[in-house]
Amino acid sequence: MPSLSGPLEDPAADAGWESPPPRKGFFTDTSVCIGCKACEVACKEWNGVPEDGLNMLGSSYDNTGALGASTWRHVAFIEQPRKAAPPASAPVALGMPTFQRPGAAMDPDSRTDFRWLMSSDVCKHCTHAACLDVCPTGSLFRTEFGTVVVQDDICNGCGYCVPACPYGVIDRRIGEQGQKNVGIAQKCTLCYDRLGAGMTPACAQACPTESIQFGDLDELRERAAIRLASLQSQGLTEARLYGENPDDGVGGAGAMFLLLDEPEVYGLPPDPVVVTKDLPQLWKTAALAAGGLLAGAVAAFLGGRT
Amino acid sequence: MGRGGATSFLQDLQNSDCIVIQGSNMAECHPVGFQWVMEAKARGARVIHIDPRFTRTSAVADQHVPLRAGSDIAFLGGIVNYILSNDKYFREYVVAYTNAPTILREDFVDVDDLDGVFSGYDPETGVYDTSTWSYAGQEDTPSAGERDRDAGAISSSGESETSQGERAGGHELGGHGAKLPHARVQRDETLQHPQSVFQVLKRHYARYTPEMVEQVCGVSPEDFLKVCEAVTANSGRQRTTAWVYSVGWTHHSVGAQYIRGAAIIQLLLGNMGRPGGGILALRGHASIQGSTDIPTLFNLLPGYLPMPKVGEHDDLPSYLDTVRSEQQKGFWAEAESYTVSLLKAYWGDAATPENDFAFHYLPKLTGDHGTYQTVMDMMEDKVEGYFVLGQNPAVGSAHGKLQRLGMSHLKWLVVRDLNMIETATFWKDGPEIATGELRTEDIDTEVFFFPAASHVEKDGTFTQTQRMLQWHHKAVEPPGDCQSELQFFFTLGRKIRERLAGSTLERDRPILDLTWDYCVDEHGAPSAADVLREINGFHLTGDKAGQPLSSYTEMKSDGSTSGGCWIYTGVYADGVNQSARRKPGREQSWVAPEWGWAWPANRRTLYNRAAADPDGKPWSERKAYVWWDADKALWTGHDVPDFIADRDPSYRPAEGTTGVAGIAGDDPFIMQSDGKAWLFAPEGLLDGPLPAHYEPAESPVRNPFYRQQANPTRQVFPRSDNLQNPSPPEPNAEVFPYLFTTYRLTEHHTAGGMSRWLPYLSELQPEFFCEVSPQLARERGLEDRGWATIVTARTAIEARVMVTERVTPLTINGKPFHQIGLPYHWGVGSSALVSGDSANDLFGVTLDPNVHIQESKVASCDIRPGRRPTGPALLAYVEEYRRRAAITVRTGNTQRTPLPGQPPDETGSRSTATPLTEPTEER
Repeated sequence: MPSLSGPLEDPAADAGWESPPPRKGFFTDTSVCIGCKACEVACKEWNGVPEDGLNMLGSSYDNTGALGASTWRHVAFIEQPRKAAPPASAPVALGMPTFQRPGAAMDPDSRTDFRWLMSSDVCKHCTHAACLDVCPTGSLFRTEFGTVVVQDDICNGCGYCVPACPYGVIDRRIGEQGQKNVGIAQKCTLCYDRLGAGMTPACAQACPTESIQFGDLDELRERAAIRLASLQSQGLTEARLYGENPDDGVGGAGAMFLLLDEPEVYGLPPDPVVVTKDLPQLWKTAALAAGGLLAGAVAAFLGGRT
Repeated sequence: MGRGGATSFLQDLQNSDCIVIQGSNMAECHPVGFQWVMEAKARGARVIHIDPRFTRTSAVADQHVPLRAGSDIAFLGGIVNYILSNDKYFREYVVAYTNAPTILREDFVDVDDLDGVFSGYDPETGVYDTSTWSYAGQEDTPSAGERDRDAGAISSSGESETSQGERAGGHELGGHGAKLPHARVQRDETLQHPQSVFQVLKRHYARYTPEMVEQVCGVSPEDFLKVCEAVTANSGRQRTTAWVYSVGWTHHSVGAQYIRGAAIIQLLLGNMGRPGGGILALRGHASIQGSTDIPTLFNLLPGYLPMPKVGEHDDLPSYLDTVRSEQQKGFWAEAESYTVSLLKAYWGDAATPENDFAFHYLPKLTGDHGTYQTVMDMMEDKVEGYFVLGQNPAVGSAHGKLQRLGMSHLKWLVVRDLNMIETATFWKDGPEIATGELRTEDIDTEVFFFPAASHVEKDGTFTQTQRMLQWHHKAVEPPGDCQSELQFFFTLGRKIRERLAGSTLERDRPILDLTWDYCVDEHGAPSAADVLREINGFHLTGDKAGQPLSSYTEMKSDGSTSGGCWIYTGVYADGVNQSARRKPGREQSWVAPEWGWAWPANRRTLYNRAAADPDGKPWSERKAYVWWDADKALWTGHDVPDFIADRDPSYRPAEGTTGVAGIAGDDPFIMQSDGKAWLFAPEGLLDGPLPAHYEPAESPVRNPFYRQQANPTRQVFPRSDNLQNPSPPEPNAEVFPYLFTTYRLTEHHTAGGMSRWLPYLSELQPEFFCEVSPQLARERGLEDRGWATIVTARTAIEARVMVTERVTPLTINGKPFHQIGLPYHWGVGSSALVSGDSANDLFGVTLDPNVHIQESKVASCDIRPGRRPTGPALLAYVEEYRRRAAITVRTGNTQRTPLPGQPPDETGSRSTATPLTEPTEER
């Protein structure tokens, strides 16, 4: 049985592929994203993902909203105000519970100007993918490239994968019956068909500033580390990588990010954990409990005899 | 500086040490080219964005400088003043390569001494006599201004023939260096002579202090000086700065002068012709550069040859005398070869030396036939039919209502587009139907809609921003009845010629004698490659007869060569379609000369002779680009040298040598009539030899420099259907207290014809919105995501409100000042997936005098919360605003700002001509 949590050398091999190719992934460097949304359009064009609403959300320039069954790339736009002028007198702490806007805790001195952050989000293709682990039909599977893909002709629309994803990526398509894949769970395939033909995924191909980089995950990790060091040396001390750590709750992501602020600012969970992480322990506990119950029942039965 | 195009190329931005993006939202509107800005940034370049709004370009820039829309000349002039008063200019470059040492006439008088106009201004006509702007020692020949003045008369359209003729000529001068009577100029290389260009420049910009910049632009001295320090620190022998602009600069009533302002800075800093330097004019969309090279403009012939004018250019010699002087230097001296080759391409064997190569077949201009004048003519039923191809004037042009009303006067209208755009449907679902101004059953215009083939459905070239032609192959057959423009016009021409066949009328000869024979495919589509070969040109006689020309230097004036556009000659050199070359960048140098083909002669950076010092050595190893190889006695380098290949740097022509032979070895500006770049333009511009700050035609802010408020030569149309908001010193300017600016978003394409019909783009920006600052939202009670109504003297439109800190309130004259941002992609119609009010409906028509471009990047307005009235109530709503502002036809349409206490009528102006219809608004 494939492992369910912790660092893993090669998820494809773990899933049973014999001598798979190097694991593929994305490195999205948000520091050079210009918010053009070419990734969103290229993704929809290539994958035949339908338009999903002509509504103005008014969330800066983001009218897409979130990843979902009909949005496999989503560019977030975050407007961060200038550093507020220091208050005339220091506020008095009243010991009340407080709530801070995400990102408000960052060192204000590192930011003297208005910022408009942009970041193209995508399925993380987790090393330990909860969506895949909970899928009862086998529709979700691990490819030879280490990515996670839905087979829409096998999916029965049960929806177990939807709450399982710690990032809220996968969803069932809503729409009128008769339209393509309505009711079926959908998400980024990392352009499985293009990868098979030796091509770059559509979003990375369309990105004009190389904000979205595609390649072997090992190499991307190196590139990300160098870029991070470069930005930090330029004084962007809040810059950080997200999803690159194999020790995190999903065993590291196949799609990692360089962020300029805390993950929450971009709408990303700060500490995602694969829901199946505790499954072995749960089963063990359940087995123990069952064993205990059984033993008790047996004991009671046997005890009753005497 | 003598050519109509960006001076460098996008890939060259990677070599910049500093990039100033001003009047452009490059990241949003040119995202693919912007990768080279990001590359430069990754290499350590400083990126500065100067723009009223914080955009996606600002988001990745090192510094964003918000300034008041329409104040760029004050900002640029401030930089010039900083450079000159701190001795930050590149002295060797300036002395050797510019006209800084040239002595001007004694009787030139600058704006500061004439209350905001240069010497030669005629308040009766609003036109300059430019003779006092010329170089000393050239008084013997009359200037173009004097020549045109002779034929002054008032036409029925309310514009004098004088100014029409003058203006019709304007754009030709944007296309190439203006001619000089001769190249013998007086120079003072110490730059000390009081009438030297250098000293005149210094005096002219002395008032453009950081304090003045703050007052006019709303930019703090700290932010301003930060820009000055960055561009000067990143210029000189070792470093270069690039300037990038787009339509944020051109769509102004002083637009040509904005660009002149950047040219002056880049010349003073020695950045022209050098890697990582130059001025990049970013073109708005595919092949717009191509559409001025082989123009869709009424006053140009291919290759920036001017269109001849009736009366003045009735024969070839008099035409050529206007284009060039035989006494001047440079390649324009060869204009006869270019013109004759063009005439041979048009009329083949019918063009003979005996008949002036059929020059008389060319149509001649009778006045301004620009797009806005044509709309005015439509309103007066002077225009019967209209072809609209690849544009959507009902949405994309200023004063949409006038555009739509004008089209309702036509007998016929042909619209060729990919989609059923608003221009094709205004007669049934336009805004004027809703207000009752038009009734469908009353419109006699017969509208023909032709579906167009898209670029993947036809062969052809794009000529993009960097003057580069790139061939595209047809990938699929056009569906249904869709056709390429080429096939449409070829077929139309054939049908007309069939109708005229056998005619003996002289007037039909120009059409019947046209060369109109191209290979056609099985669908009847002519070969685009055939057309490109014709544009390239051929040898017609001799042992090379039938072979393609390899360079425009092979063109002859005796009729032995043909060529449809001299600057494109070489694109089919050796019989090979050079524009179809696609050698990958990794297989060639970073200049990538084997990708596509750039005019002229595949040169990627113009005037690259200036990348070397007067002796021909690179200014520095770091910035080596083109240099003189003394051993081979040839110019060489990374690019094709933009110079005579074997001209020694030490070459000095004998006194009186003209034309190409007159170009000295240190004259890098080979298209200029004196071989030097012009800091001061003695000829060629209609509104001044130096950029001077004028307020936009509509502005709530008083010009603090002088009495003159706006460009005194701006082209105005004082008509009851083109009312203007009042600007100070006119009363009631406070009725329209804000400025608005219009722009594009990455998600849409111009007037929406290529995006609002596509679901994947429409969903990304589905609704028309206005961007306002939180402070303005408070001031006017606007709610985020609610509705707002924006009003001008033309109309009122509604938009969803986006309250954002990306719009910064400025401090102008010590008071908070607000600007409103409006993307212009939406229009009122029923065919597109998404629709909405059109931002361009807010504008009136006021034009730059040089190029007839409308001021559509800035105007004044009011904004109120809530949706606008509908139906006839909308007209009443706007009427109430006009009444409150006491707007008449004269308001804002008087070119010369009157003296205090003097009524505008007595100052005299072209606008005193009787308006065609008396305004109903006067009361």
